[in-house]
Amino acid sequence: MALLGTSRRRDRAGAKPRRRGGRERAPSSDHRPPIVELREATVVYPGGHVGLERVSLEVERGEFAFVVGPTGCGKSTLIKTLIREVDAASGKVLIAGRDIQRISSSKVPLLRRRVGTVFQDFKLLPNRNVYDNVAYALQVIGEPRSEIRRKVPEILRLVGLQAKIHNYPDQLSGGEQQRVSIARAFVNHPPLLLADEPTGNLDPVTSIGIMQLLYRINRTGTTVLVVTHDRDLVDKMRRRVIALEEGRLVRDQASGLYHEESTSEFAMRMRAEMGVGDEGHTNGDPAT
Amino acid sequence: MSRIVFFISEAFRALRRSAAPSIAAIVTIVVTTMLLGVLIPVLHASESKTQDVREQIGLRVFLFQDASPDEIKKLEGQIENIGHVESADFISKKEAVKILEGRVSGDLQKSIGELHGNPLPPSFNIKLDDPDNINAVRNDLEPAGQSGKPEPISPIIEEVNDARQESNQIRQVTGAVKVVLGVIAVLLLVASLLLVANTIRLSIYARRREVEVMRLVGATNWFIRWPFMIEGVLVGLAGAMIAVGILILGKVTIVDPLAESFALVDNFSTVGFAPLVIVLIASAVLVSALGSGFTLRRFLRI
Repeated sequence: MALLGTSRRRDRAGAKPRRRGGRERAPSSDHRPPIVELREATVVYPGGHVGLERVSLEVERGEFAFVVGPTGCGKSTLIKTLIREVDAASGKVLIAGRDIQRISSSKVPLLRRRVGTVFQDFKLLPNRNVYDNVAYALQVIGEPRSEIRRKVPEILRLVGLQAKIHNYPDQLSGGEQQRVSIARAFVNHPPLLLADEPTGNLDPVTSIGIMQLLYRINRTGTTVLVVTHDRDLVDKMRRRVIALEEGRLVRDQASGLYHEESTSEFAMRMRAEMGVGDEGHTNGDPAT
Repeated sequence: MSRIVFFISEAFRALRRSAAPSIAAIVTIVVTTMLLGVLIPVLHASESKTQDVREQIGLRVFLFQDASPDEIKKLEGQIENIGHVESADFISKKEAVKILEGRVSGDLQKSIGELHGNPLPPSFNIKLDDPDNINAVRNDLEPAGQSGKPEPISPIIEEVNDARQESNQIRQVTGAVKVVLGVIAVLLLVASLLLVANTIRLSIYARRREVEVMRLVGATNWFIRWPFMIEGVLVGLAGAMIAVGILILGKVTIVDPLAESFALVDNFSTVGFAPLVIVLIASAVLVSALGSGFTLRRFLRI
């Protein structure tokens, strides 16, 4: 699994992320199915509340896309559907061309290992320190201990938490906890990373740090799908925006202002546009 | 192999990091195991005493004074061939006097010595395999003759005495005691199980978020379950060991001295201490581990 992710990452590292809008798609050289594909997907919660209503969308490999909309619009439902925390009532949900509604519940863990997920409330294990929290994602896939010892410090360096490796979650700030959460989601190098309101509980400066980190991960070839209600942040990021309202897809467009930039250029621009100063701890240039 | 080591270290980590619920679970198991450890022998002793009483229900066959040894021998063979008869003990006239002397005391005992001759008849004491078969055996001893009156199977039988009144009462009372003991035992087991199950539930409920996170990170159900079950084994083992320790202490300091000074206590035929301890430890561990595994199921459906 991790190997698959790594090779994909290498594929993408050289190639330019495709520049495309929701509908006008540049002819693709590889014929692999899109990493995320929803066809008329409808999700109904017990009690009748409709989470998603006939939503169809595709996310290509290597993309960085936002899902926006007001509270209750179905953003989080979309994420939950993609890791089968909730089931679609009708329609199809495909991850890398595979219909995840049809995999048996005993195989669901395998899906979740290939899709890294970052949650608004971090969902760290409270009685494990930073190292063990990240290591858990490797332990569940049966990674040998020597590999874990190598990979965990590496990923913690990437998110800038190498100094807090032995701290427990309650000893970390919100931004630091979110970094641990991202490290855990990305340590397997999954082809797809979902982030549900990753900056929802964080201040603007910390938010930029988190976005910078997600951008860096995206540049390694991983598709990143970020759910947020922070329109301001989204506008500045200039990436594809998928807007939901009351469970329906109302807008799906790429930003015309998109251009290639390095992680540090990205961070500088973001800080300048949002009018905040230097974050204090920069992580330097992308490690990969 | 490395996975087993991981699961065990996970279980120890959980015990270390969430000490309060673990201690609560251990205390619960100590209390219930001790309760069972004390009450199982008591119930068992009561049950076996009841059984003793029931076994004393039997038939007395009184013979004529002039029965010859050959006739007695023949009758003994006949009686032992009757179904449901466990044994037939012959009590001679002399033995009957001795038994009587043993039962009475004082003036009455003296007066036995003053008797001219021995008025007591020889008899058979018949023990039954089950007191409920008393009527069947009686019918075999005295089958109904042509006239419809019961006719003894041997001419030397003077009378068959089944103490019908008393034996029926004893049968009823001991039967009721048996039922009551059974109900108490079942209630005790159910109460212990519920108590332990509830404590385990609480301790797992406190960690349901953790289980949810593990599921969302892609852990399989058994990957999550094993550490919890090993933790259950450890908790059950710790609780049972402490309880057994207290029981041994109680046995050495209280029960054993009593048994030495009072023959009564010693006479109770009860369950052996070693099998009791083994059963207690095994069931504590089993209940605790399986309880953890089952309780977890609810939180593994995400």
